[in-house]
Amino acid sequence: MRPGWLTQLLQAALVLALAPLLSGVTRRIRARLLRRRGSPLLQPYRDLLKLIRKEAVVADNASWLFRVAPYLILGATWAAAALVPTFATGLPFSAAADIIVIVALLGTARFLLALAGLDVGTSFGGIGASREMLFASLAEPAMLMAVFTLSVFAGSTELSSISAYMQTAGVGINISLALALVALIIVSIAENGRIPVDNPATHLELTMVHEAMVLEYSGRHLAVIELAAAVKLLLYLSLIACVFTPWGTAIAGAGVLHYAIGLAAYVLKLALLALLLTLFETAIAKMRVFRVPEFLGIALMLGLLGTILLFVSRVPR
Amino acid sequence: MSALDSDIAHLLAGSMVLVSFMLLYQDRMFALLNVFALQAYVLAFSVAWQAYLQRAPHLYITALIALLFKGIIIPVALRRIIVRLGIHRTIEQALSIGPTMLFGIALVGLSIIVMLPVTQSQGAFVREDLAFALSVVLLGFLMMVTRRNAVSQVIGFMSLENGLVLAATGARGMPLVVEISVGFSVLIAFIVIGIFLFRIRERFDTVDLQALDMSRGEAT
Repeated sequence: MRPGWLTQLLQAALVLALAPLLSGVTRRIRARLLRRRGSPLLQPYRDLLKLIRKEAVVADNASWLFRVAPYLILGATWAAAALVPTFATGLPFSAAADIIVIVALLGTARFLLALAGLDVGTSFGGIGASREMLFASLAEPAMLMAVFTLSVFAGSTELSSISAYMQTAGVGINISLALALVALIIVSIAENGRIPVDNPATHLELTMVHEAMVLEYSGRHLAVIELAAAVKLLLYLSLIACVFTPWGTAIAGAGVLHYAIGLAAYVLKLALLALLLTLFETAIAKMRVFRVPEFLGIALMLGLLGTILLFVSRVPR
Repeated sequence: MSALDSDIAHLLAGSMVLVSFMLLYQDRMFALLNVFALQAYVLAFSVAWQAYLQRAPHLYITALIALLFKGIIIPVALRRIIVRLGIHRTIEQALSIGPTMLFGIALVGLSIIVMLPVTQSQGAFVREDLAFALSVVLLGFLMMVTRRNAVSQVIGFMSLENGLVLAATGARGMPLVVEISVGFSVLIAFIVIGIFLFRIRERFDTVDLQALDMSRGEAT
């Protein structure tokens, strides 16, 4: 087997295995910041195991879509996450599946989740789905604008090439990159339902978005959906890490030692980003649902501005 | 000039544009003042960096003027005016935030389109700097157009002037006397506007400038 494929397989396994740990880490840091003791780091794995063992209760009027959707959502999210270079660049799928494919896969997952929320016909599912779509209509263009900025800057839409390009000397500091970074951070906060936009820890009727859509799920279906949400958070953090902090990532064809260093650097970067995310979350209050479009509008504006400013920037080639 | 040096200059000038957008977005009085002070700090940094890059010591004085007048004196004075006028509530806007932002983006695009062909013969650095400075000026104009409150129009005017200083430092050989006189003329304009604010308030019991249209018989 060629080393590229081995990396790809390893990476796909890694993102799935690390995702619950990441959500455990964020919950733990958050609890400590609020002066609680918090649950152990491995609690998300235990939750998933418990959910899988439990009986899945499905509403009488649920269609086949309701049962299939969790697996499709996990599939799409997992595939997207496996395409982001985490510890090594030069993934074999990189040429076929660039960053725009990742955005499309995430859009598919979101579409399925909204359909599943609408399927049973409860009012909460409807509210959640409509809000999710409202946010998505701004979050997706914002994400794409940030992606365009990066692609124009690096001269490629492949994440592997972008990451490798960012590692070269002479990239330096650039205002467009800073704008794209802020836009990506805002989009990832909104997409993962973190605090200023949505609170993943509560079931308050007036504000919940993601929880409202998955309210009807139980047992193994819920386990799969929770896993997909964790993988999505990991994906966004990996995306930011691989583009904006590429240091340590192993270049394709490097020795085993480099891969080990890349892996250690990746875990370190994730831990750091999780810490920053939770710090931000504890420092800020949740905003009203109708202010979220404004918040996402800023991300869209920043992405647009970043792309425009690229035309007057010194782009090293 | 090394690549990193010019990157930092570019970053600072770009931050000026970004802070202009923050000014457009902000709709609370005191927060608006804070953002305005932030823009003055960024401007001072930017000018000081230019002074270091161009080995032009007189630019340090310009940076100091920006820091003192626009970063400290004017925000403090405006804060006192706002408290005395009793208008520390939300600003009513002629346009809502979304369209204002889109207009702003369009203006940035316009200034880049205008500046790129005109300054083709110049170095990349002057080109960027002038494009950014023109954007800041246009965004200041936009702010003056979209706000009705007289105090926020004053802030728009001051941020417009920040753009002028940014343009002046990017172009080499701007004499110090011009910069100092621009700095002082802004201060005098500020004093005059401050007096006017109180006069307007005395006469119309508001600083909403639509009241003036009404008295001229132009209100619809």
